[in-house]
Parts: sequence; structure tokens; C-alpha cells
Amino acid sequence: MSKVIRGTIFVVDDNIDTDQIIPAEYLTLVPSKPDEYEKLGSYALIGLPDRYGKFIASGDTKTCYPIIVAGENFGCGSSREHAPIALGASGVQAVIAQSYARIFFRNSASTGELYPWESVDRLCDEFQTGQEVTIDFERNCLINHTLEKEYPLKPLGEVGPVIDAGGLFDYARLTGMIPQKA
Amino acid sequence: MTMTLTEKVLARAAGRSVLEPGENIWVNVDLLMTHDVCGPGTIGVFKREFGADAKVWDSEKIVLIPDHYIFTADERANRNVDILRDFAHEQGIKYFYDIVDRSNFKANPDYKGVCHVALAQEGHTRPGEVLFGTDSHTCNAGAFGQFATGIGNTDAGFIMGTGKLLIKVPATMRFVLDGEMPPYLLAKDLILQIIGDITVAGATYRTMEFAGEAVERMTMEERMVLCNMVIEAGGKNGVIAPDETTFEYVRARTDKPFESFYTDPDAKFYADRRYDVSQLEPVVAKPHSPDNRALARECRDVKIDRVYIGSCTGGKTTDFYHAAQLMKGHTVKVPTYIVPATQKVYEDLFTLKYDGQTLSEIFLAAGCIEPAAPSCAACLGGPKDTFGRMNTAEVCVSTTNRNFPGRMGEKTAQIYLASPYTASASALTGYVTDPREFLA
Ligand code: SF4
Repeated sequence: MSKVIRGTIFVVDDNIDTDQIIPAEYLTLVPSKPDEYEKLGSYALIGLPDRYGKFIASGDTKTCYPIIVAGENFGCGSSREHAPIALGASGVQAVIAQSYARIFFRNSASTGELYPWESVDRLCDEFQTGQEVTIDFERNCLINHTLEKEYPLKPLGEVGPVIDAGGLFDYARLTGMIPQKA
Repeated sequence: MTMTLTEKVLARAAGRSVLEPGENIWVNVDLLMTHDVCGPGTIGVFKREFGADAKVWDSEKIVLIPDHYIFTADERANRNVDILRDFAHEQGIKYFYDIVDRSNFKANPDYKGVCHVALAQEGHTRPGEVLFGTDSHTCNAGAFGQFATGIGNTDAGFIMGTGKLLIKVPATMRFVLDGEMPPYLLAKDLILQIIGDITVAGATYRTMEFAGEAVERMTMEERMVLCNMVIEAGGKNGVIAPDETTFEYVRARTDKPFESFYTDPDAKFYADRRYDVSQLEPVVAKPHSPDNRALARECRDVKIDRVYIGSCTGGKTTDFYHAAQLMKGHTVKVPTYIVPATQKVYEDLFTLKYDGQTLSEIFLAAGCIEPAAPSCAACLGGPKDTFGRMNTAEVCVSTTNRNFPGRMGEKTAQIYLASPYTASASALTGYVTDPREFLA
């Protein structure tokens, strides 16, 4: 199966922390409640400094950028799972960062909300919000259609199958670590 | 084969005799902590996956601590505490530190306050154990010689049902802090120094182990400051070898037996750094990153609007003792917020004396705002009516742990992270100030 994700990118730089992804005042929303999950999505990246532009257009609840391109240490700060969930709920399918904070990376896999790809090169300086890209899962690479260039990605490794399965629980069931749901 | 303290604790929890960094292992969990912000989501995941009638794996190994959004009129925040309460009753959870009467926290004998400090004070932090918490500062408990780290709701929901978690063994970076601590330095200065050196991603996926004579001489509350902030360097956990100081603290609070582990003398480290603490100076982390270090004295021209002393990092009894020591006999020039981490710390403010006066008398005489109800309060912003929240583009010197944009509320506000000494000295001048100006 050759899997790809194609879409428009939103570009941010280094150390985008969880308070910028989903500010603390929205943490009263409980992600396991479906209506509050949707609401969380509508606040994704609302804590970013204004210079990045709007991630979600005024009046919308979903983003038109399914892929985020970032610099180093994406998702640092708190352990709030609200962060990958807000991004996933807003319509993000993948993040391509130079590196991640540990808990965000893990939460992305455990929840199965999004694919945390790591790029080999620093892309956030070269790419611009609004460009069109394709992530090729089979070849571990990224194609920027606007720049007409291809970039290598680090293999997803052990988290790939976890996200493919739909998260930690589905993966644990699939591999017999916990019993199937009754 | 030689191993570090962290590797030994994880090996024990995995039922293995040896293991190496990078291995993925299933560990048996000794304790799971969650609070009002992540507890309801964790419970939601647990019920979704294990069924509406499922029982938790062990009702005595889960600690529920409402602490984040307590003293607010926000309905959803209040509902979240109700969800914790219902779950605690339904499951017979032994350790649930409830709050019912929000108008007077003192009327709630069970209510504690900030989870990481409450865990230690209630005897839940013990050498050799594995603790997971749905909060990134769970690493605080590593000060007791245990493995402790923060996780998300999904992982926590998994533990709730199974008592197990799959984790990757981190490699250890050792920080040896030698030399005599000068009287104007606190543990906060040391950890800000280290984070400034290795950056906010310098310990990503790693253990930070603190050793050396300066650490050995520290109280448990000061050791907690070091471990509390390893997450600000991206660390997975922080750890300090248990000793008599540890045993005394733990034994005074719990009868539960525990086992101590120590790093082998010839263990392998990912990195090994040494500091002579006698050569260091008071530092701050400037906006908007905990690794944006500067000497406090270099920031003397930064005019400030307020000072905040609180949180799991800087709101413990010792932190207020240090603040009082510096403020005694002086008057603050900017609004100064005193936010005790827990109810126990609050009580200490009114009983513990420095130089003949209680800490609270010293603060009030200096013109500080009356000590607040114990909770996380403005450390993470929170609902608009949160005590001490930054609602405008002001400048604050704070004893908390993060200064990302918007961390204490308004995203254009500026936060300087500092020790209780430096924060207090800054309160007295209205500028970022090196405490040596007051500690002769
Ligand atoms: S005091 Fe601040 S850092 Fe500590 S647990 Fe509360 S919000 Fe988190």
C-alpha cells in the first residue's frame, strides 16, 4: 500500500510550546467528550504570535492546512494531550518538524491523532505557509510542489504502526497486548 | 554490566535484571497521579476503552488531586472537579484530595493544592518506585530517587486499566554540582544555569541525574526544584540518589517500604558535566524561553510591574522562607503575589518564623498581597478570573517554571523566571535585581 498525504502547509519556527498550540484557558474542555473535542480543534494554535497569520480562518472551526512544518522542539512544555488532539481535531494530519519534545511526540502516537514526521533538513526557513506538499510514506520523503523539490524525512520507525492502528489501545489489541473489546 | 539509577529502577519495574537505554519495555506502575485538567479526559479514555463498568487496576495506586482550576467561577472547570469526585466514589479511590467549598478552602480538610508538592507532602513519593502523572512536572518526584515522568491522557487511561505502560529507556546525562553554595544562590539558579547551557531541548528523551556535594547538602524541597525543571530542558525524568535526607523526609510521611537504587560508579553516561557552584551568580530566564538566561545583575534596567511567588517550583515552604528572609524590614515597590502551593505550605506561612516574625507577618509588613488560596493559580494563566493572572502586557518576575508567550495569561506579557531571592529583591526595587544588593 503506498500511502501519501497531500495538502497545503502552515509554517512555524522553533520551540512552539503547548501553550501556543492550545492555551491553558481552554484546558477545561475534555477531549474525550465529542462536542468538546470539536471545540478544542477550533482553538488550535490560537496562542501563536500574530506574525504567523491565522491558522483557522475567522468563523471557521477547521483549518485549511492539513500539514504543519516546524523547526526544532515542536510541542515542548506541558504534557497536555489536548495539544495533539486540538491539532488533529482541527484537521491536521501530519506535522513535519526538525525535532519534537518527547511528550508531544508520544501523545501524537498514543492518540493516533497525527503523524509526527521528522525532517532531515531545516525546512521552516525555506518553506512558506500556503505551499502545496505531498508526504510519501513509502519513500520517506516530502515533495514541495510549489518549489518543485524533494526532501528526505526520517523513517517514522516504531510509532508508525501505532498511529496506523489508530493509537495505543488499538495497537495493543492488534498485537494481543490487551484483549479485544467485548 | 553497569547501570544508572534510572536504569535500575526501570529494570526492577520491568522484572528484568539488566537493560539498556533505547530498549522499549513494559513496566509495572507503582502510582498514577492525575488532576482536574487531565483527569476527566483520562477517565473518559478509560471508560471508552475498558467499558462503562470497568474497574481500575488498583484503587490504592491512583492519586486524584484537584489543583489547577479551583477558585474560579468557570462552570466547566468546576464540572471537571465533579467528574473526579464521582469517579473517586464509584471506584473507591483511596487518595482523592477533594474540595467542595470553594469559597473557603480551609473548610476542606482533604484539599491539598498543587499536585507535585502534595504528592511529596503526603508520602506518595518513594525511592525506587515508578510514578506516572498526567502533568509534565511529575518529574519533580525524581528528587526522591524514583522514576517519575509526565504522560498524556491516553497513556494514563491505559495505566488505569492495566497498571502497565510501554516506555523507552532513557540514557542518562549526569550533572555533578560541586563546591560550596554561596548564600545568595538557590537551587533555582543552578537549574536555570544548566538549562541555559544545554537549551530547552538539550535533554530531550534523556534522564538528568544530579549529584555532587552541593546536591547532597540540599534539603528535599531544594532538590525538588532541580528535578522539577528537567522538563524545561526536554528531559524525560530527573533523578537524585536517595540518602539520609531523603529517608528522613519519606519515613516521616509514610510506612510503606521502599527500595533504594544507585548509579554504579563506572556507569555509562550520555553526557557528564561538572559545575563548581561557588563560581556561579544569580540568574534569570528572560522572556520567552526558560533557556534565555542572563545574569540578574545584567537586567538591572528592566522595570517590572509585579512579582509572583508560587507554583510547584517556587511555592513551597522553603521558597517562602527564603523570600521572607530577603524582604524582612523592607517594602515592596510592585504588587507582589504570594501563592502557597498547598494547604500545608499556607499553614506554614502563619506558623513558621524568621527572626521573630511569621513569614506571613513579614510579607504583609512588606506590603505584599495577602497570601492566596493554595493552587496552581496564575502559573499557567487559566480562566480569566484566576488569581494573579496576567491580563495585560505587563512584566513579571516569577518563581515559576515557564515563560513561553501566554504562559501566565496574556501572550504579550513578559515573564522573567527567577529564584525566590531574586524575585524578592526585584519586588523591593521594582526592577530585576540581583539579591546580593540585599543579602550583605
Ligand atoms: S504549579 Fe504550575 S507548573 Fe506546577 S503543576 Fe501547577 S500549573 Fe503546572
